Amino acid sequence: MLSFLIRRLATFIPTFIGVTIIAFAFIRLLPGDPILLLAGERGVSPERYEQLRQQFGFDQPMWKQYLDYVAGIFQGDLGISFSTKRPVLDEFLTLFPATVELALCAIILATLIGIPAGVIAAVNRGKFFDQALMSSALVGYSMPIFWWALLLIIVFSGTLGWTPVSGRIGLQYFFDTPTGFMLIDSLLSGQSGAFRSAVSHLILPTVALATIPLAVIARQTRSAMLEVLGEDYVRTARAKGMSPMRVNGVHALRNALIPVITVIGLSVGTLLAGAILTETIFSWPGIGKWMVDSIFRRDYQVVQGGLLLIALVVMIVNLIVDVLYGLINPKIRKG
Amino acid sequence: MTDAASQTASTPNLRPPSRFKEFWSSFKENRGAVIGLFVFLAFLLIAAFAPLLAPYSFDAQDRSALLVPPFWQEGGSTKYLLGTDALGRDLLSRLIYGARFSFFIGLLVVTLASFCGVLIGVIAGFAPNWLDTLIMRLMDIILSFPSLLLALVLVAILGPSLINAMIAIAVVLQPHFVRLTRAAVLTEKSKDYVTAARVAGGRPLRIMFRTVLPNCLAPIIVQAALSFSTAILDTAALGFLGMGAQPPTPEWGTMLAEAREFILRAWWVVTFPGLCILITVLAINLMGDGLRDALDPKLKRS
Amino acid sequence: MKKFLAISVSAMLLGSAASAANLVYCSEGSPEGFDPALYTSGTTFDASARNIYDRLVHFKHGETEIEPGLAESWDISDDGLEYTFHLRPGVKFHSTDYFTPTRDLNADDVIFSFQRQGDAEGEYHSMTPASSYEYYNSMSMPDLISSIEKVDDLTVKFVLTRPEAPMLANLAMSFASILSKEYADQLIAAGTPEMLNQQPIGTGPFKFTAYQKDAVIRYARNDDYWREPAAIENLIFAITPDASVRYQKLKAGECHVMPYPNPADLEAMKADENINVVSREGLNVGYLAYNTKVAPFDNPEVRKALNMAMDKQAIVDGIFQGAGSVAKNPIPPTMWSYNDAIVDDPYDPEAAKAALEAAGVTDLSMKVWAMPVQRPYNPNARRMAEMIQADFAKVGVNVEIVSYEWGEYLERSKAEDRDGAVLLGWTGDNGDPDNFLAVLLGCDGVGDANRAQWCNEDFNKLIQDAKVESDQAERTKLYEQAQVVFKEQAPWATIAHSVVNEPISTKVQGYKIDPFGGHVFYGVSLTE
Repeated sequence: MLSFLIRRLATFIPTFIGVTIIAFAFIRLLPGDPILLLAGERGVSPERYEQLRQQFGFDQPMWKQYLDYVAGIFQGDLGISFSTKRPVLDEFLTLFPATVELALCAIILATLIGIPAGVIAAVNRGKFFDQALMSSALVGYSMPIFWWALLLIIVFSGTLGWTPVSGRIGLQYFFDTPTGFMLIDSLLSGQSGAFRSAVSHLILPTVALATIPLAVIARQTRSAMLEVLGEDYVRTARAKGMSPMRVNGVHALRNALIPVITVIGLSVGTLLAGAILTETIFSWPGIGKWMVDSIFRRDYQVVQGGLLLIALVVMIVNLIVDVLYGLINPKIRKG
Repeated sequence: MTDAASQTASTPNLRPPSRFKEFWSSFKENRGAVIGLFVFLAFLLIAAFAPLLAPYSFDAQDRSALLVPPFWQEGGSTKYLLGTDALGRDLLSRLIYGARFSFFIGLLVVTLASFCGVLIGVIAGFAPNWLDTLIMRLMDIILSFPSLLLALVLVAILGPSLINAMIAIAVVLQPHFVRLTRAAVLTEKSKDYVTAARVAGGRPLRIMFRTVLPNCLAPIIVQAALSFSTAILDTAALGFLGMGAQPPTPEWGTMLAEAREFILRAWWVVTFPGLCILITVLAINLMGDGLRDALDPKLKRS
Repeated sequence: MKKFLAISVSAMLLGSAASAANLVYCSEGSPEGFDPALYTSGTTFDASARNIYDRLVHFKHGETEIEPGLAESWDISDDGLEYTFHLRPGVKFHSTDYFTPTRDLNADDVIFSFQRQGDAEGEYHSMTPASSYEYYNSMSMPDLISSIEKVDDLTVKFVLTRPEAPMLANLAMSFASILSKEYADQLIAAGTPEMLNQQPIGTGPFKFTAYQKDAVIRYARNDDYWREPAAIENLIFAITPDASVRYQKLKAGECHVMPYPNPADLEAMKADENINVVSREGLNVGYLAYNTKVAPFDNPEVRKALNMAMDKQAIVDGIFQGAGSVAKNPIPPTMWSYNDAIVDDPYDPEAAKAALEAAGVTDLSMKVWAMPVQRPYNPNARRMAEMIQADFAKVGVNVEIVSYEWGEYLERSKAEDRDGAVLLGWTGDNGDPDNFLAVLLGCDGVGDANRAQWCNEDFNKLIQDAKVESDQAERTKLYEQAQVVFKEQAPWATIAHSVVNEPISTKVQGYKIDPFGGHVFYGVSLTE
């Protein structure tokens, strides 16, 4: 196990260095001079332009800028946002809980529905249930999420008026947010109705975001179950007269879950990286929206730092998933 | 699939069925896949004959008919079957032309991604250890960024346009081809027939591309089919974020983005482009599933 | 739907029962920070200068005229070079849980507020990391201000390097907000200078309470305000970037005022009995600037012919959908000296075609540049360019639409040999015509902000004379004359002024649209 970990870490570090180079290089390649954008229609005089270039360090040679940047990373300094003038890391940490909250809710919803749906489909293979479930899963899997989110808003917020359109909590509630997770903070605040308000704000974004992982999990569970159901020990258990519930529920599912867990783990990585479309449409103050806004604003420092942090999140989650998978499934460790 | 296998086995035909026949008999067993294929072909025809089918040009503006609803709704007319958009352009015509863009996008992106990906994958599979490691690390790096975000940044660098959006998406899709190809190559490489070819003095390039590659194609084809739908979806998403095709191009995602401000007033300009994306992607995914079942021998056995 | 509305409104009331006077403003975006001197965007000014801070002089609520602010009165020397301000005694800075002032506003605060922007070596200049004072620079303050002197505790003297008629108006702008020197000193001593931009302290009608990034900003009434305290107890900015969502919230009673509605929704808003739509022309102009240095556009007859080929009314209807009006002059009608006697070029494709032929122009192909961003003066440049393309095609002019990334667009369009006509616009800063005519059409601006590359001696003399003239009536005459020259020469096709529409809840009383595009909540109250 240790050697597996070491091997895995050995690929982690060069990948991370590669990520820093790519994030750095991308930003230098971005067209659009941030100083000119800052000035807008009003323009900026050539002297002032030079002054600003120096202030932002753009006059340094490229390699020096890169080394300064890497040195900064090790001190937790990812630069300062052009627009808000606040450290990029601070901004990230302020917004990350919102993304985590949404991602976790989505993945929980997807798992709670996806696994049973997959099992039911597998057990009823070829029957109506299977076909209905798998067709819906495929529709979900094919869904243009940005359109789906708009439809949800039109129907549930616009026509039916059941849910709020955007934001994280009703404005009448005002309390400190020590954890940054609105569900927890609203409970801690002790204000009546705050928790309900937080939940109602979460529903639509969660549904929109969960759609694709849900479909993937259901499909994966079904095929894993089918594979396991064909194995000898399941047949034996069945022959021995065990109840179908027990066979399917306990023996088969337990083994089928291994690949499913990997899928879930990887989706967590993807979702934590910020749900660009969902967050943008629901004005959810998370890192996906932050990145999109920053790209449009040409906020170099934020895009650069954000890319790095997001890649780091994805890499760490994938590492954890790999290790967990190694723990569950000893076969991998040797490979 | 068991049924399909036994059926083929019981045909009183003594010749072994051709590869394509075998594939087809297995593919056509999957009802969804066949439906998908027909829908796909229908869209393909619409795309090919768009100028003949569309009642109007995609950018013809009728300033006396802004945001006219579809014909069945009050205020709509059969002049514009699915209504018009904010500039008085016929929605149906734009959707029909949009089919062209979607297929063009899917085809080009998949060709680009699979060609580069397979090439790099084969090289990695045969390359010396250090080069293999380098390539795979590079792919890891690309994969550690969320694909849409990476595509977004790439488009920001290249400048927002349809072509650049397609390039960006091809770049983020190709690592999957690299990984898949490399894995398949590594499996095949150790097989006897490859050793035999090598011993017989086959040139390395010939062995790489003529001997080994054809035997790795099945998973690559499946991946290509599934990438086709991803390409359409992601380009639409970029268009939606304003970073893909630029107006007045009737690309479906871009149409959605333009329509967004009318979401509460003119449901049709929002609903139809999205529906077109969904149906196309769904059809391709259905086909892709069918392809996988038919081509992937592992699943066939189960 | 109705039922839900009732429920959510009542929930709203229950939640805020204790304080009946909470005004919620669904703002369009997050402020970049709370120090107005660092930024140029209206969104940031709304969240800072316009509600938290005061300036030496103010624009009258809803007007472009000047009235006393923190300065009770002022004297201007005869040569127009010395401005002496007499400060209002007893003005208190905000007391909050992060700062308690020990003294009232004095001359030091005023000097601090300006010197920190101009003096790059001073310790206050970079309290916020990566700070730059763009408005101070772009309004030419560094060249204009020779010194700022403290005469006594309540008297400050500004010495200028040249007479500048718009100076007082400049001092009413957001970047000239007065901050507390005592607070800045305290922050520096505590080692957290950057908080100046995050936890603001001002003298204005509202004080800052909390900001949840990209979500909500909260303010409380300043009960020690030097004027009558505000009628609203709590002011809440609910950050809602999507216009349809803002409308939803307004309908549901979740907010009282929303900026920038979708033009498409205006009709429905006007029909809603719980919503009032207030409208006013914005202080801006959207235009198409020909390159007057490149043939055949160096010929005024060609420019005028193209202007006649453009169906401006259709463009305004199609692009602005009720949120714009056709422009005939380069300055907006809300600005003093607007020359209403000028007659616009008629829309007449036949005459245009004839005029082009008379000028010897046939088979003309040209580029039209479309901005990649939305602006109040042009909500959809791409669509506008498409309409111009169609109009010009009717007179046999072939148009190719080009666009660049915004920074590049601004830079490339400055080039004197630029190929094509540029869609652009301008939003006024200080309500002075000089801010439009001199900046955008003066000879100094060629190769820079003068996108038409147009340098006309008659025009330039008129605006230069007006700049040093201190008599308003005299200035008005000069500017009116300049507009006549402009119309004859037609360096631009003036396309539109935006009409600012603001849907507000019928409960809101006393709200006025700010001509500068700001959102000011002092003087506003709520009825139940």
